[in-house]
Amino acid sequence: MCRVVDLQQAVLAKNDGAARALRAELASRGTTVVNLLSSPGSGKTALLERELSLARERGVPVAALTADLATENDARRLARSGVPVKQVLTDGLCHLEAPMLGRHLDGWLPEGTRLLFVENVGNLVCPASYDLGEALRVVLASVTEGEDKPLKYPTAFGLAQLVVVTKTDIAEAVEFDEAAFRANVQRVNPGVEVLLTSVRADQGVGLLLDRALAVGSGTRAHAPVMAHQRHEGDHHGHGHGHEHGPGHTHDHDHDHDHDDHDHHGQDHGPGHGRPDPAVAQTR
Amino acid sequence: MHEMSIAMAVVGQVEEAARAGAASAVRRVELQVGELAGVVPDSLAFCFELACAGTVLEGAELVTRSVTASARCADCAGAWAVGMPPDLCCPVCGRATEVELLTGRELRILNVTWEDAPAADSCREPISEEA
Repeated sequence: MCRVVDLQQAVLAKNDGAARALRAELASRGTTVVNLLSSPGSGKTALLERELSLARERGVPVAALTADLATENDARRLARSGVPVKQVLTDGLCHLEAPMLGRHLDGWLPEGTRLLFVENVGNLVCPASYDLGEALRVVLASVTEGEDKPLKYPTAFGLAQLVVVTKTDIAEAVEFDEAAFRANVQRVNPGVEVLLTSVRADQGVGLLLDRALAVGSGTRAHAPVMAHQRHEGDHHGHGHGHEHGPGHTHDHDHDHDHDDHDHHGQDHGPGHGRPDPAVAQTR
Repeated sequence: MHEMSIAMAVVGQVEEAARAGAASAVRRVELQVGELAGVVPDSLAFCFELACAGTVLEGAELVTRSVTASARCADCAGAWAVGMPPDLCCPVCGRATEVELLTGRELRILNVTWEDAPAADSCREPISEEA
């Protein structure tokens, strides 16, 4: 007999559940995750290397995990900062998923890490759909990529909690129209902050670290309109910040990406992992 | 191209439900895909067919229901289709402080059509096939 069964399940429910659990576990260990998304070649690694070095100089315990389809080049570059770095090779997969990230952190993430920067696979399409348990999602775009990048990749830019423009030292040469870029960002993500940076010209270096530390200290990150779709019977927003009280749980399905709750007070058992400044690499 | 990952997630979830429901074969899966879900339906259909191979979903049809993205502004009490690329600022007041996304991010399995496995020790009258 054929019958129609009402499933009503969010397709990414498993990833979102894993992301929530990871966010809670890391929060209980005092670690804030920053998820960095951009196209290949936008300068994620160069900026991150500087931010990591700066963190080390300031004595802020940070770590970085970088994902690529192949090569350990990025991890080698990031490791020059002297902080713990791990290379994840996705073997062709175009994005990271929360359970995958959790497995890679298991046994590696040093205790006491305040900020974990995750350099996602260079791609503005696929990584946008996957919550990794981050407290701050950052989308980067270099000045060479065109002012309409936010319109071409509305999901990535629409879900960003911070937008970072890179390589501003060559903005004039490539005729980057900053006002147009900002207008396009605001169209898909009203209210999101846009930072201008250049590693070469030393512009805006340290701002990413500041913003990440602020979120780690409890400052509410920007809540993108696109990240919070109204649910039937939903009478409150789902902020990226910590607006829900302890113990607030949702047992219904969420089909939006970002669903950040306050998980303070949850005990996820003893932490694991030990400091290992050498580059770790896992498939 | 994360449609393969999405397709595999759909197949995995349907497989689980089919196992729990003692289904012998899945014939059809109906999916809701919002305009802003970041998923290309054609690509998903292609991947879905591959992901179904060798599972209880083998040969199942994928029906995609697209959902137009819309938002509303609490200040102006107006709702609008945000379009693609989306414009999430209120077309009336130009602000976005009270803007709420109503639809567009859906990526949900709505329902599944499957065939029940013949009950092993059924007390019921046998039910004729009515596919």
